[in-house]
Amino acid sequence: MNHFITSLAYLIGSTTFIMGLKMMGNPKSARNGNMVAAVGMVIAIFATIFFHDNTVSPIVYGLIFGAIGLGTVMGWMTAKQVQMTKMPELVSLFNGMGGACAALIGLMEYHHNIGKTGALLPIVAGLIIGSVSFSGSIIAFLKLNGTMNQPVRLPSYNMLNNAVMLGVLAFGAWVIMASPDNSAILFALFASALVYGILFTIPIGGADMPVVISLLNSFTGLAAAFGGFLYDNKIMLTGGILVGSAGTLLTLVMCKAMNRPLSNVIFGAFGGGAVAAGTSSEKGSIKDISVSDLATLMNYSKKVIIVPGYGLAVAQAQHVIHELETILEERGVEVKYAMHPVAGRMPGHMNVLLAESNVSYDKLVEMEDINPEFASTDVVLVVGANDVVNPAAKNDPSSPIYGMPILDVENAKNIVVNKRSMNAGYAGIDNDLFYNPKNSMLFGDAKGVLTKLVAELKTMD
Amino acid sequence: MQQLFDFLALHEMTIYFVILSVFVGIEVIGGVPTVLHTPLMSGANAIHGVVIVGAILVMLNVDPTNYGALALGFLAVLLGTLNVVGGFVVTDRMLEMFKKK
Repeated sequence: MNHFITSLAYLIGSTTFIMGLKMMGNPKSARNGNMVAAVGMVIAIFATIFFHDNTVSPIVYGLIFGAIGLGTVMGWMTAKQVQMTKMPELVSLFNGMGGACAALIGLMEYHHNIGKTGALLPIVAGLIIGSVSFSGSIIAFLKLNGTMNQPVRLPSYNMLNNAVMLGVLAFGAWVIMASPDNSAILFALFASALVYGILFTIPIGGADMPVVISLLNSFTGLAAAFGGFLYDNKIMLTGGILVGSAGTLLTLVMCKAMNRPLSNVIFGAFGGGAVAAGTSSEKGSIKDISVSDLATLMNYSKKVIIVPGYGLAVAQAQHVIHELETILEERGVEVKYAMHPVAGRMPGHMNVLLAESNVSYDKLVEMEDINPEFASTDVVLVVGANDVVNPAAKNDPSSPIYGMPILDVENAKNIVVNKRSMNAGYAGIDNDLFYNPKNSMLFGDAKGVLTKLVAELKTMD
Repeated sequence: MQQLFDFLALHEMTIYFVILSVFVGIEVIGGVPTVLHTPLMSGANAIHGVVIVGAILVMLNVDPTNYGALALGFLAVLLGTLNVVGGFVVTDRMLEMFKKK
């Protein structure tokens, strides 16, 4: 009887996962889709706890409910309280938790299955993949929140990395075959997989983190699927494989948006040798613009395009930029936002942020559609974006971002770039746009400067 | 060789299941607008939290006098819960932004 109830619960759960993911592909149904999947998950979890044939001591039940209770409160509070700008790193952190969970399952199940090659295969695979996903996600988390912001490159990094990967795989294969009854060896395998996860992620530049998180996300899915294989558990299989395959596809789609192959992201890290190529001196000078000049310029424009970047998110300037948009529209200026697919730290990051401040959906124009419009634009205001408007992507084959499609802001009549300082962008490369004769720099924190700009505009009628 | 055949025969349904699920996963994500990539990744992140089911299964089989295993199992369920709850709530917060005005 118990068996039928769990089977039914898993069937319902699996269906909700598929439906939920499908619904998340459309802005209208996305939120409900997430809810549907969450309900399916709860059903599956409770069916697993209550409908089984084991005799379980109250201590174990107490611990299970304690862990679920504690995890729910912690997860809920963290997710609710985090600022919108911090969401990407939070996703990475939660992904790491899932990976660690899969790794722990491997550590615990190993001893029950010594000598059973068929069971050890998914156990060891889950352990290795889960561990890599865990340590990799933690590094991605640290990089995104700025604790670790320089890509680390050792000499012959790729060779070292691949050697470690092969070593870990060979070690894993040997453990499966020889199945030594020795905890120390198992923990050594665990540790070496953790080290590989760190080595895998550490050389990758911050701008590529979304791709890495997406990839690690599909790794965790795979680790969960191996768990499903081990227990012949259908919901772990569906959930894990769905995420594994969907996550892989999503990773490739993101790479395509940056016009770089995945191998280039993983092996050819940003911030390498090419960066040094050409720093300022012979590039001409940089012009400043004052807030009042910009206010006048915008007030008498017909069309203004705003290019939001991560700096906008950091400065929490999404509300004031909406205010700027409203006031300009009242003066009869047409205002649009140019959305680069990888602006911010994750694809769609800027859309989420601007939607938060009630910017209307139809004002957010995707790159392909907005690029032809720059020629007829009076002012382009670049707020905290850098790499997505860097002309080096088009005309400097030695640049690390060469080939990435960018927003053609240099076609506009006037360009104004708001930045806190002259520091290079997240990819760590210089930007020729700043030396363009049509460009002026508006230095300062986005929120402060834009607030002044709005105030200035209000005084003009 | 025989071992391989036995393995395939034993897991025939599972293998079908895996292959079909791979295609379902690809199919379901196809044609998603860029705007939704981040929430979708986050939603998928919550779904692989299903690994918690495995952690619970381990716990249900743990010998209640083996404190080391109890501690590891507790940690595994805790981490799995964080993945599930945190994942779904973050996704919901992102998608909340897309509500109609």
